[in-house]
Amino acid sequence: MSEQGGTLNVEGPRHWRNVVVLWLIANVIMVPIVVFVLGPGLPPGNGSVEASGQVTDNIVLLSLATPVALGVLVYLGYVLWAFRERTPEVVVDGPPIRGNSSVQFWWLIVTTTLVLFLAGYGTVRLLADGSGGGQGPNPIARPAVPAGGSRLVVQVVAQQWQFNYRFPGYGGVETNQIELPENTLVQFNVTSLDVIHSFWAYELGVKADANPGVNNVAYVTTKGPLIFHVRCAELCGVWHGYMFNQGRVVPKAQFAAWIAQQRVKFAPATKTLPPYSKTYFPEPLRRGG
Amino acid sequence: MTAAGKRIVGITVFAAIVCVVIGLYIGLYLTNVPGSAAATQTSSGTHLYLGTVPAAETTDRHPTWVSYYAVDANSANWQHVTTYVLPANTVVTVTIYNYDGASGLRNPWFGQATGTIGGTITLNGKQTKAIDPDDASHVFSIPQIGLAVPLEGVSDNAKNPCGNAPCSLSYDHTTTTFTFRTPGKGLYRWQCFVPCAAGYIAGFGGPMQTVGYMDGFIKVV
Repeated sequence: MSEQGGTLNVEGPRHWRNVVVLWLIANVIMVPIVVFVLGPGLPPGNGSVEASGQVTDNIVLLSLATPVALGVLVYLGYVLWAFRERTPEVVVDGPPIRGNSSVQFWWLIVTTTLVLFLAGYGTVRLLADGSGGGQGPNPIARPAVPAGGSRLVVQVVAQQWQFNYRFPGYGGVETNQIELPENTLVQFNVTSLDVIHSFWAYELGVKADANPGVNNVAYVTTKGPLIFHVRCAELCGVWHGYMFNQGRVVPKAQFAAWIAQQRVKFAPATKTLPPYSKTYFPEPLRRGG
Repeated sequence: MTAAGKRIVGITVFAAIVCVVIGLYIGLYLTNVPGSAAATQTSSGTHLYLGTVPAAETTDRHPTWVSYYAVDANSANWQHVTTYVLPANTVVTVTIYNYDGASGLRNPWFGQATGTIGGTITLNGKQTKAIDPDDASHVFSIPQIGLAVPLEGVSDNAKNPCGNAPCSLSYDHTTTTFTFRTPGKGLYRWQCFVPCAAGYIAGFGGPMQTVGYMDGFIKVV
């Protein structure tokens, strides 16, 4: 850009070439950093097959977003530097802004392609294993049992303000702690006894709404031993912030010992529980509020 | 003083008053800590006495709300506080006098005592592990440490029921005693799990969502 007789002359092609070259250089540096350095540390970690899949998804999203962000930043930085006022004592108006159909065309093509690709990618990933999300009472994506592994159904019973866990395959025992065997396909049947909660087992990559009268199914395939944190992710009342606990993924023999111990410990309570059901409609018996 | 000067002084004074009012409001908010009651230390150990009533005192802000109280059973001194101070890593014996009727548990699982020493409670002098969930009036639970103790309600046919706090031991009541080991220092919340808030949706509004009635803290020091 140069000043000629009070107007600006923009040398367009040279600037476009410079911006593109700088953008390519920035991408060559930043994309590998995002994919190989930052990517493996992205949430929620590798606590389960689904959590690992979410890390991969986050890497894909971030590696696609990086060139877009770099394009904006490089362009901004370049124009601030290239079109800066070199002779501050002379104030010159810039050239009028006009439409550029070529830029608009390619902007639409690139962004539409990106969005459609991500929509397709997300759909494929969700249909593959549900990605740890609640799929409602009739799940579409049913992950396969891992080789040499097994399958376990755990009912998550949420209420103000505690999660309990019921194991229909073990006499319907209900516990206030959760342990899961390693290398196992776990089917969480998530429901609530009162208001809307959300079962969020962070390191396992599971988040499923707990709605009263609804069985929300989420799948997760455990890996090795792990401590995971469970939190409610839906504002549910005065103690919502305290509605959390810890769970563990343990070796299968340890899980077998633990669940046997729980069956003995909670035998008195198990006798009074209603038969296992995917949903419950409890009513306070007398006063009920 | 010129008009502009008066204007500046006026604005300055007004801004100072606004700042003082805001500062007072924040200061009062930060220092408005609910009262607390400490456990009693005796030669037989550490004891905490609590009471649950169908309705708070008639002079309370919410005289119809069900509530917990800290109780000194001997002096009949009832404190309307739900923050209880206990020593860390100590076996504490808790006695709860319940004057309220049964509502029944939403989740029958809470009919069993958990987290107490031996997994038992003493109800009206008899040791047990659980009560009939339909007969539960309240639960004293500290979810962070896995403690949950069901409190049996007073019979529907009670001849001498207590209405509002304070209630002397001459009124019909149930007595539940249990021991548990306190965790390390910290602030732990406690709550009731029976939907006992009369007049509120699903029995879980009002006193069930208000610290000072059916919720509170265990301050372990």
